[in-house]
Amino acid sequence: MLRLERRPQPSRLWTWLAPLLAVLATMVAGGLLFALLGKNPYEAVATIFWEPLFGEFASYYRPQLLVKGAPLVLIGIGLGLGFRAGIWNIGAEGQYIVGALTGAGVGLAVYPLDAWFVFPLMVIAGALGGWAWAMIPALLKVRFGTNEILVSLMLVYVAEELLAAMALGPMKNPEGMGFPGSRNLQQYPAAHNAEILTGTGMHWGVVAALIAVIFAYVLLGRHILGYHIRLSGQAPRAARFAGVRPARLVLTCLGISGALAGLAGMFEVSGPAGQVSIDFNVGYGFTAIIVAFLGRLHPAGIALAGLLMALTYIGGEIAQSNLGLPAAAIQMFQGMLLFFLLAVDLFTNFRVRLRKTEVA
Amino acid sequence: MNIKGLLAAAGLATGLATAAAAQDDPTKVGFIYVGPIGDGGWTYEHDKARLAVEEHFGDKVETVYQESVPEGADAERAITQMALQGADLIFTTSFGFMEPTLTVARKFPDVKFEHATGYKTLPNVSTYSARFYEGRAVQGHIAGKMTESDIIGYIASYPIPEVIRGINSAFVHAREANPDVEFKIIWAYTWFDPAKEADAATALIEQGADVILQHTDSTAPHAAAEKAGDVVTFGQASDMAEYKPFPRVSSIIDNWAPYYIDRVQAVMDGTWESQQVWHGIDEGMVEIGEITDAVPDEVKQEALALKESMASGEYHPFTGPLKKKDGSAWLAEGETASDETLLGMDFYVEGLEADIPQ
Repeated sequence: MLRLERRPQPSRLWTWLAPLLAVLATMVAGGLLFALLGKNPYEAVATIFWEPLFGEFASYYRPQLLVKGAPLVLIGIGLGLGFRAGIWNIGAEGQYIVGALTGAGVGLAVYPLDAWFVFPLMVIAGALGGWAWAMIPALLKVRFGTNEILVSLMLVYVAEELLAAMALGPMKNPEGMGFPGSRNLQQYPAAHNAEILTGTGMHWGVVAALIAVIFAYVLLGRHILGYHIRLSGQAPRAARFAGVRPARLVLTCLGISGALAGLAGMFEVSGPAGQVSIDFNVGYGFTAIIVAFLGRLHPAGIALAGLLMALTYIGGEIAQSNLGLPAAAIQMFQGMLLFFLLAVDLFTNFRVRLRKTEVA
Repeated sequence: MNIKGLLAAAGLATGLATAAAAQDDPTKVGFIYVGPIGDGGWTYEHDKARLAVEEHFGDKVETVYQESVPEGADAERAITQMALQGADLIFTTSFGFMEPTLTVARKFPDVKFEHATGYKTLPNVSTYSARFYEGRAVQGHIAGKMTESDIIGYIASYPIPEVIRGINSAFVHAREANPDVEFKIIWAYTWFDPAKEADAATALIEQGADVILQHTDSTAPHAAAEKAGDVVTFGQASDMAEYKPFPRVSSIIDNWAPYYIDRVQAVMDGTWESQQVWHGIDEGMVEIGEITDAVPDEVKQEALALKESMASGEYHPFTGPLKKKDGSAWLAEGETASDETLLGMDFYVEGLEADIPQ
């Protein structure tokens, strides 16, 4: 009989093998799905993974990978820090929205002031907005012991209502003929998060994501806070003896992830999206949870996972319009990735043993 | 004809088709959808028109589409992608695609763009929309006649001019049919969300509404009305015929096919020019779905007459005397609303008790 046996230590090999196997399994199962839909599975999978990188129009798609990947990585890094410490911020989507609102709010408030400090102020406001939104579940947890998973998740829906109210009310474009949505920040140079080099997709959000990766790497490896984070996740009791103050760790981790999510929202609204609109958020905050786990909660891994997710998004869009694959099939394909990762992850902590059935 | 003959003929036909295609590249037409095709409403009707284009032109066109495209940065990429892949004409079928459409259009001056319900154009960007408020007038009339509680529920989506126009038009004509009528309006803040729409319908029914109008795309309000038993509904965007003859007693149907065929033809002929069109019942862009027998014949005839008078242009749904909700004058006796006012409509007419959310 097959039996699962807990490993004394999580397997290092499996920790890094699991994501690769999950991607392979997704390709196979996704291919089957596409075949059932009457499409050539090889062509469909190749379109998703090959076309954006090396296809005919790769020069357009490669920069788009950065545009799509940057918010995922930025948010994922923050979430990863918290997840390592056992602090579950599920509401990054809400912090992303609020960061976009506060960031864009500053820009819209001073419109049409043309000064160099407008954009830096917006960056600070965006980070503060996300941070403040994350402080709600953090303080409630520290003070009243509420569950941060529920509170942060619920606050996403509050943030969405706030977004709709802003797009229809205070932030509505006065020259928009009554239609919802703010002024387009892309047309306001002082507030525009433009590409640093034209055609590269490299905007300030990409730079921020890169800095966040390095920052998190150093923090986890060399700083006492990183040590506390790792210790709290692995051995909460031991962490207490080592002098970790749990309340402070909750505030710090939620604060950092909130601020990073807020930054992501701010860079998005002032750059690729351009305006505060009712449907501004498209789920980066939730997808970043997949990215964090796919990247093994390791900064470098998260960066790679963010790019991989971006690849499936962009490749998925190409497959949709070139091969006529339905959008739902692409979403299933992405969902499978997390599903298989969780399944394969079993082998990181357990090993399979063949055993004779014992006679009772 | 025997089997061999059939095969030969088929082979010949295929050969001819290939030859024709080789001579003349098919015109490639792209469609960007905001929702899933299966929404049964807005996107469904646009896709039906896409299929009509395919059927009309056969091998001369190739259509591509992408569904559920979020409005914003992702839309820009989706549109760019279609332009890169050689689309000659791209229809972007939601208001929120306006800025991305313009951005991409500037980069691809040789590609033609058609943006639905927007108000900004470029030499290679047209806008098109339908005068749904004409259909709302017919609905309002039937609703005013059908209600017994004198309370009509309205599930609104977003407080934009398009939706406010519909509420005003329905209200004016409901009041004309029945001076005691009141409107209760719920803002769902969605175009398509069956759960939210069902909640809104139930809440309206609980507040005494026995007629429900909707500016959202799902059939959930019809299901809620059916459960309640004696509540009247109207199909939105598509016919929603599965709820005929009751609760659904009529509908407004968006018919984009004639316009799409027209514009594809213009691209083929090289006569395409940027324009702003706003078509109504007259041009067939707005259709009134079958008025069922659940409506008394007399009311049905009145509704059809109203429809005819708008189609012929002899009647405009917004004809004075009409006042704004705050009591200020809007249209004098016999005066009709200008398109400009209608396109930017951000006020209710007199008699509506609610406020537009800010």
